[in-house]
Amino acid sequence: MFEVIFLQFLNGLDKGAAYALIALGLTLVFGTLGVVNFAHGALFMLGAFCAVTVRMVLTMETVTIDPEKLSPWGTPLEVREPLMQAWLGDFGAVLVNYSVPFSILITIPIMLVVGIALERGIIKHFYKRPHAEQILVTFGLAIVAQEVIKSIFGPNPIPQPMPTDLRGAADIGAWLGMQANIITYPIWRLVYFLFAAVVIGAVFAFLQFTTFGMVVRAGMADRETVGLLGINIDRRFTIMFGLAAVVAGVAGVMYTPLLPPNYHIGMDFLVLSFVVVVVGGMGSLPGAVAAGFMLGILQSFASMNQVKAIFPGIDQIIIYLVAVVILLVRPRGLMGRRGVMEA
Amino acid sequence: MNANLMSRNDLVLLLGFSLVVLTMPIWLAPLGAGYPDLLQRFMIYGIFAVGFNILFGLTGYLSFGHAAFFGVGSYTAVWSLKLLTLDAIPAMVLAVIISGIFALIIGFLCLRRSGIYFSILTLAFAQMSYNLAYSVLTPITNGETGLQLTLSDPRVIDAAVGHSFVGQPIPTLFGTPIGGYAGFYFCAAFLIIAFFVAQRIAGSPFGMMLKAIKSNQTRMQFTGFNTRPYALSAFVISGMYAGLAGALLAVTDPLAGAERMQWTASGEVVLMTILGGVGTLVGPVIGAWIIKYFENILSALNDNILARFFDVLPDGVDSFLVKVIGKFVGDGWHLTLGLVFVIIVIFLPGGIMEGVRRIAAAFRNRGSTPRTSNQTQAAE
Repeated sequence: MFEVIFLQFLNGLDKGAAYALIALGLTLVFGTLGVVNFAHGALFMLGAFCAVTVRMVLTMETVTIDPEKLSPWGTPLEVREPLMQAWLGDFGAVLVNYSVPFSILITIPIMLVVGIALERGIIKHFYKRPHAEQILVTFGLAIVAQEVIKSIFGPNPIPQPMPTDLRGAADIGAWLGMQANIITYPIWRLVYFLFAAVVIGAVFAFLQFTTFGMVVRAGMADRETVGLLGINIDRRFTIMFGLAAVVAGVAGVMYTPLLPPNYHIGMDFLVLSFVVVVVGGMGSLPGAVAAGFMLGILQSFASMNQVKAIFPGIDQIIIYLVAVVILLVRPRGLMGRRGVMEA
Repeated sequence: MNANLMSRNDLVLLLGFSLVVLTMPIWLAPLGAGYPDLLQRFMIYGIFAVGFNILFGLTGYLSFGHAAFFGVGSYTAVWSLKLLTLDAIPAMVLAVIISGIFALIIGFLCLRRSGIYFSILTLAFAQMSYNLAYSVLTPITNGETGLQLTLSDPRVIDAAVGHSFVGQPIPTLFGTPIGGYAGFYFCAAFLIIAFFVAQRIAGSPFGMMLKAIKSNQTRMQFTGFNTRPYALSAFVISGMYAGLAGALLAVTDPLAGAERMQWTASGEVVLMTILGGVGTLVGPVIGAWIIKYFENILSALNDNILARFFDVLPDGVDSFLVKVIGKFVGDGWHLTLGLVFVIIVIFLPGGIMEGVRRIAAAFRNRGSTPRTSNQTQAAE
């Protein structure tokens, strides 16, 4: 029994990690700029499609028709030569193999630019307007983003292979001194979890230990006073929006091997992430992370057959159910601050 | 109609609205939308949007889960058509009652919070209904296939009165099948009634209370009003409107699927209301019509039709135009919708109605001496 529970706990971690990363970005934007960003899921999706594009570029081939060689049917054989191998030799092959992690390097600057452009271009004009209008404009932007992606990449999911070395399962049970082959766990999910932990840790460290982070935290607490001290808080908040976009983007990149991305992957995650943010408490970064993992793990437990036998269909609704209960008994969510969005 | 019941302006608006609705088959024909199937949808989503506006426009609560009531209405109506009788009236009545009860329960819980928390709570309930309709409730909802009428349905009342029929079961109104233009006028009658009721609500003391809740709920509470019952009534009424619309959709096309409860469907009604104009009576209906119209017209266009349209232009130019515009029509029409929506929210938060009002005000100012725009708000 213990093994089963431990396994479900592990299974919940990767989904929980994805929720936590998206919720973290949402909360960063909300906590700094006070904007409810429905386009955040679209940023996750854009990140995932950065990975798709990078892989497309890396696996480009030259196709030459070689009249000398004939296929078994007697037609001239097409010779495909991967460009990356031709140019970079073995390193090119490694690059293709590790295209997903490699995409992160390219995704970060792209998402930073996208995030800052989004904030300066549109969201900036919505600070003084009601939350309902912020929701609506970002919702519209999300539709635009996903339709653009759909018209470029088509409506079908595009599978992304994970690096060959990271395929297969890790025997976690054996590592922990238990019997072998009972608790096995796909390596990539473990990688995803570790990656999420590093990103979350980095964001928190950035806010906690750098001067920039200190100013941002001060601005979150009292924007006006920080502004009066002669600090250009708006520019820092803009950069935080870019950072949130980067977090969402890299979360999307690393998730592609687990779930082939299509154009509405962002929306699917967004709805759940909003629930996560609200459960964690609007504007609380630790709350968002904790609620993300908690809901991911709860969802994983709810999909156990033993649980489903008692409450049929519970796996479909558990997240929403928890959200409803928490909101009704603890209006501010788990760790929400007083006076945030309680209008 | 006596003067106490309605002011002259309201009466003119109602009559004008009815006239526009009833003559739709005529004036929409040249626009390529004069066929009953689409017209029925215009009516149905018009009702949905009018009802949504009672909650969002008047009371100020942004619900992201209204499609749940729409779906409940549809399922109830189909079940009534299956179990009781093929007549549409019991189906509609039952659908409105059941979705009202459903709205009462959900509204009671959701209205304990406001703002974004309210939005998320309604979203959570709607997603729960949607997920359950797909999984555990399959015996009731028939899952992905959708609930349909079959020849072997019991139809207790029809059987009791000895009413029988041959062929595919079609919903009827007192024995006349509802289809084609009959279906359109059936829905149109409901839209006009729904519009009338909304008009009465907006003009009544109850409507004033709802507007007061929207503008400052805290002050209302300080002056000693208990705002909860009012907000809850608005929620239930708006849920019943959604149920009515869902029932009409099920009656005109007896197939109820879970996807009409999904949150994208809830998002669509929000779009309709915003596009037309939040808080106005006519706006949401116009928004619904525009979205449904372009959904049908733009998504039917393809590159061939565009190529024929731009044939007169020089060769390079026309293929370029076809390529660019082709991205925005057909499957890509959602892109157009998204862009238009973003532009509307940024530049014209009051929707099309505000645009109309601004243009009207500009004309008035140019024509006669400038005056304050108090009188331009007749539509509200």
